[in-house]
Amino acid sequence: MSSSATDISLVSAKQPGWNRPPVIEPDGEGELLEVAMGPHHPSTHGVFRMDVALDGERVIRLKPVFGYLHRNHEKLAEGMTYLGSMPFTDRLDYMCPLTNNWAYALAVEKLTGQEVPERAQYLRAILGELTRVVNHASAIGFLIQEMGASGTPLMYAFKEREKILDLFEAITGARMMVNYMRFGGCRVDATPAWLAAVRTVLDGLPRFADEFENLLCGNEILMARTQGVGILRPELAVNAGVTGPMLRASGVNYDIRKVDKYGIYDRFKFRVPLGEHWDVYDRFMIRLLEMRESFGIIDQALKEIPGGPVMDAKAKLRGFRPKAGEAYGRIEAPKGELGFYLISDGGPNPYRYRIRPPSLINLTVLEDMCLGSNVADVVLIFGSVDIVLGEVDR
Amino acid sequence: MLGEGILKGLGETARNFAGSFVSAERLTTVQYPEERVAPIEATRDFPFLVYDGTDWEAGLRCVACQICEKECPPKCIYIVKSTDKKPDALGKPQIYPARFDIDISVCMSCQICVEVCPFEAIKMDTEFELSTTDRFGGLLYDKRELSKSNEHFHAIHPTEAAEVDARLAEEKAKADAKAKAAAAAAAAKAAAGPAPANPAAAVKAAEGDKKE
Repeated sequence: MSSSATDISLVSAKQPGWNRPPVIEPDGEGELLEVAMGPHHPSTHGVFRMDVALDGERVIRLKPVFGYLHRNHEKLAEGMTYLGSMPFTDRLDYMCPLTNNWAYALAVEKLTGQEVPERAQYLRAILGELTRVVNHASAIGFLIQEMGASGTPLMYAFKEREKILDLFEAITGARMMVNYMRFGGCRVDATPAWLAAVRTVLDGLPRFADEFENLLCGNEILMARTQGVGILRPELAVNAGVTGPMLRASGVNYDIRKVDKYGIYDRFKFRVPLGEHWDVYDRFMIRLLEMRESFGIIDQALKEIPGGPVMDAKAKLRGFRPKAGEAYGRIEAPKGELGFYLISDGGPNPYRYRIRPPSLINLTVLEDMCLGSNVADVVLIFGSVDIVLGEVDR
Repeated sequence: MLGEGILKGLGETARNFAGSFVSAERLTTVQYPEERVAPIEATRDFPFLVYDGTDWEAGLRCVACQICEKECPPKCIYIVKSTDKKPDALGKPQIYPARFDIDISVCMSCQICVEVCPFEAIKMDTEFELSTTDRFGGLLYDKRELSKSNEHFHAIHPTEAAEVDARLAEEKAKADAKAKAAAAAAAAKAAAGPAPANPAAAVKAAEGDKKE
């Protein structure tokens, strides 16, 4: 690289390379090795490819390639009724279908000005936070799995996930493809028995979190592998539009539950954990801490949940035609900001239907985090982003 | 001390391992084909058509209104309306589905057909062992394969089925009252009141009345 006086005038007052990946130069000995990690690599959580250029063990370039799981969701939705798209939203981020339902319902409710009954709001909050517990527990499990601890931590997480999925099945009828929320409420009401079952599961959750922390937190191998690895600077995270636990692990205090207070989140007391070191360990730790905050929210919601209907009496199921207009509804999904942008032309199906998926946008900074690290750490950094390919490719 | 964290973690796994011998709660795996967990009541997978009484063809509640066909997101339902009319459960002459096919290889179990059906004619089944060697014909269910009795519905979703029966009984009572009033008005045609098409529905209706 030549650095003449004219070049310096082009560089802004900001840190050099603040908005682009750092340039890692090969050491000049031997040739670069180009590796295609994926699309069927076991660590890629689905079908995703990373084209990596390696100098020995060091990553010089990394190009994420996605689109293998593209299912044309957005275009399909334009030819379908508003209700018809609801079951398809389950299949975006299939680890947390209920928050997908919620975001879509929220966007349509904004479009039509539809009210949601109190009880439905509480049910949504309970189910949304249970989803967050499921997602974070399994995200940690997968992260540890990618470190080489095959099985044990993941199965511990899945044991707890199973209990929560049974709760989902008892109220929605399905473990994952729930299709539960409707514009103006929820499809079925929770029975007292179901709420009692949530309480039972919730009482067991702190013990699970303790067990998980005992198992993992102080583990020297885990710390050696994750601390100082995959650093994401806050300014880059903000510029790239990264949201969710990724952004908070970079020390930026931004939680849409606090910022937007959608639903009834202004009524709950909870804290937003923030990272200090911006590395993989922080991302792992943030998820553990957020899980514990979620227990608190579910507890408050279970205590306060009122009676009454779960569907607004004026809500329409069929023949649903919103007035012409547009709306953007967003929620704090477990993976970040999940938004649905809808434009209505007054017809029975949306004129434009666009999703802002947290997984895809969090993935765009993958190269910045991976450059200069070892190839074994790429898998780990990728795991710490916590993506689901169904949402990346849609 | 280096290694303390690892030992602590191993302690946790050892506790779980040893615990699995004494506490059944820690044994979470079920050996599937031999052992089965009891299904959760709300479970759903694929739709079926409900019929009242014993004759599946006469007792079908479906009147081929084609609402489910229109609302189905993946468009897996195919209905052909009949050209003639047959008496339905209430004894009223109705159009019936000459053909009612569901391709369950396309169906995504979303339950929207159940929600939009105004006649309580289509419900979700819980049968999940449906594997077949014929992936085209074997997964395309016709009217005969889809028809299941109301008793089956009661067996798999007791709470929902009881609600549905109560609702239908209410409707029937209203229809009967209306018919009676009409009959009273036209006293000469007293015999014109609709006779229930099948005895089972009538018995159920009577039970529903008793409850209320």
